[in-house]
Amino acid sequence: MTTSATSTRTIVTGRSSVRTQRAGSRHHRDQLVSWAFVAPFLLAFLLFLVWPIVHGIFLSFTNQSLTGAGGDLVGFANYAEALTDPVMWRSMWNTVWFTILSTVPLVLIALIMAALVDRGLPGQWLWRLSFFMPYLLASTVISQIWVWIFNPQIGAANNILKFFGLQPIAWLQNPDTNMLAIVIATVWWTVGFNFLLYLASMQNIPAQQYEAASLDGAGAWRQFWSITLPQLGPATVLIVLLQVLASLKLFDQAYQMLGGVASDTTRSIVQYIYETGFVGYRFGYSAAISYIFFTLIVILGVAQALITRRRKEQF
Amino acid sequence: MSTATLTPTETIVSAKPRGRTHLPGQNPFGPLRIAAFVVLLLMAIGWLLPFLWAVATAFKTEPDAASGDPSWIGASGPTLDAFTAILSQGNVYIWAFNSLLTSVLITAITLAISALAAYAFSRLDFAGRRWLFVVIIASIVVPPQVLIIPLFYQMLTFNLVDTYWGLILPQIVAPVMVFILKRFFDAIPIELEDAARVDGAGRFRIFWSIVLPLSRPILASVAIFVFIGAWNNFLWPFLVINDTTLMTLPVGLQTVISAYGVQYAQIMAQAVLAALPLIIVFMIFQKQIVKGVVTSGFGGQ
Repeated sequence: MTTSATSTRTIVTGRSSVRTQRAGSRHHRDQLVSWAFVAPFLLAFLLFLVWPIVHGIFLSFTNQSLTGAGGDLVGFANYAEALTDPVMWRSMWNTVWFTILSTVPLVLIALIMAALVDRGLPGQWLWRLSFFMPYLLASTVISQIWVWIFNPQIGAANNILKFFGLQPIAWLQNPDTNMLAIVIATVWWTVGFNFLLYLASMQNIPAQQYEAASLDGAGAWRQFWSITLPQLGPATVLIVLLQVLASLKLFDQAYQMLGGVASDTTRSIVQYIYETGFVGYRFGYSAAISYIFFTLIVILGVAQALITRRRKEQF
Repeated sequence: MSTATLTPTETIVSAKPRGRTHLPGQNPFGPLRIAAFVVLLLMAIGWLLPFLWAVATAFKTEPDAASGDPSWIGASGPTLDAFTAILSQGNVYIWAFNSLLTSVLITAITLAISALAAYAFSRLDFAGRRWLFVVIIASIVVPPQVLIIPLFYQMLTFNLVDTYWGLILPQIVAPVMVFILKRFFDAIPIELEDAARVDGAGRFRIFWSIVLPLSRPILASVAIFVFIGAWNNFLWPFLVINDTTLMTLPVGLQTVISAYGVQYAQIMAQAVLAALPLIIVFMIFQKQIVKGVVTSGFGGQ
């Protein structure tokens, strides 16, 4: 009984250096079974991820058009054009600017929300519902709600400004404020996700630590600064990185809140990819811009991997 | 990479509230607690207001909504006109059906192919396992947005533009879910499977009747995460679907706004109707959804 169990395991893990002939044929069958398990995912992975990446690189070196015209190799012409295209750089800057403007409040407000909810105040269900509910809404829905709130004549935002004796603002129509309006809507929309991540991290801190601290006479503030905050370091690194990667992909709400109209102050890089490819029909050029953006993301991804690894080594 | 950092039990516990009602040794009605409660209440109201304002607008008549009157109930009293107008058009039902159908299919297919692959990476040995897993993990960094051009080209080639499959297929590849599931499978005691193997059970049997039942929490978590993403996805459905009868809710609503012009009450009624299904589901299954979002959200590391 024991022997048969071990021999099965040897085949399973496949780490044995000596294999009997019977085990050898079993091994061959195991290979087939393994590939059968992987095959469906692998097929989808190759078709809808690997192939598009490879084909996209090829397209970026052609003058392929959405209409089917073109398709001749043009060397690095698309990349050369993109790197000297002021709209590309403006879109890149808008994307980075949005990422900076949105990440700071999206992390800080989430932290404050989680710290307050973690106090264990009554109404836990309601707090979670209020803060996380917007995250469940489609971008179209939140865009409609905020376009209504930011309406220059009859919107609620200007009513609030009026209440405080301030001048009304044409939030989305004014190039000086439209990015700010998009940031406000985005913070409202997605802060709940970071809030939940922070809350879960806080709830992982053992209650005994708080008990010990309070025995030593530490108050709520002191406990937060000395126990909670230091232990949130790893979670914060992760939340910031996830947020930066999410913010860089800005498109939906920026596109929809402006009613699909391109504004130089809100056009994100993904929107420019969309505009060049699907409005301008220039697939080749659009693919080149995609890969310039992709490079930026990969650099950040590698930075993330390095930071995570360094953190792991410290422990 | 392959070492498990979370055991199945830990993963489940991690998202569970401690059930602490107040900090030990602290007066439950201390001034600091009351201040915290007030701040929290104000923030919660602030976060609910935009949505409640949309609901209030949806119950107004069009002239009341357009008057800019900041009161919660319009001068002519609450009315269901906006909702009736939206629901009588019929497209909303089709879009809701399309959203549900495609989101369910995307979730089911993603879950099935990811779980099968994750099990193979966790338990089976085959040539190339290691490098294949590394490639899949590395692909997590690829943002789907940069692939819209080649993917659209591919759908044109396959004749899948303006079809359900053109909408669904590019959304079923989720390398991060393979990673999350593999890590969970790694932590399931292998002895359970060995015992079944001794009894002559095949690989698929073991996977189906031992591993999957033990993995219900993580499968639910992944399913919730994938479903929310698919239900709310805008960019890809917006690109690949032009046929009004095949649109999902987010895309369909977007096309209608421009057509409506200034019918604020109707636009808000539409937004509220589109938001309602997920909000109700969240109200009922809050605990499970929170757990699912946190597990999958953090799993991405």
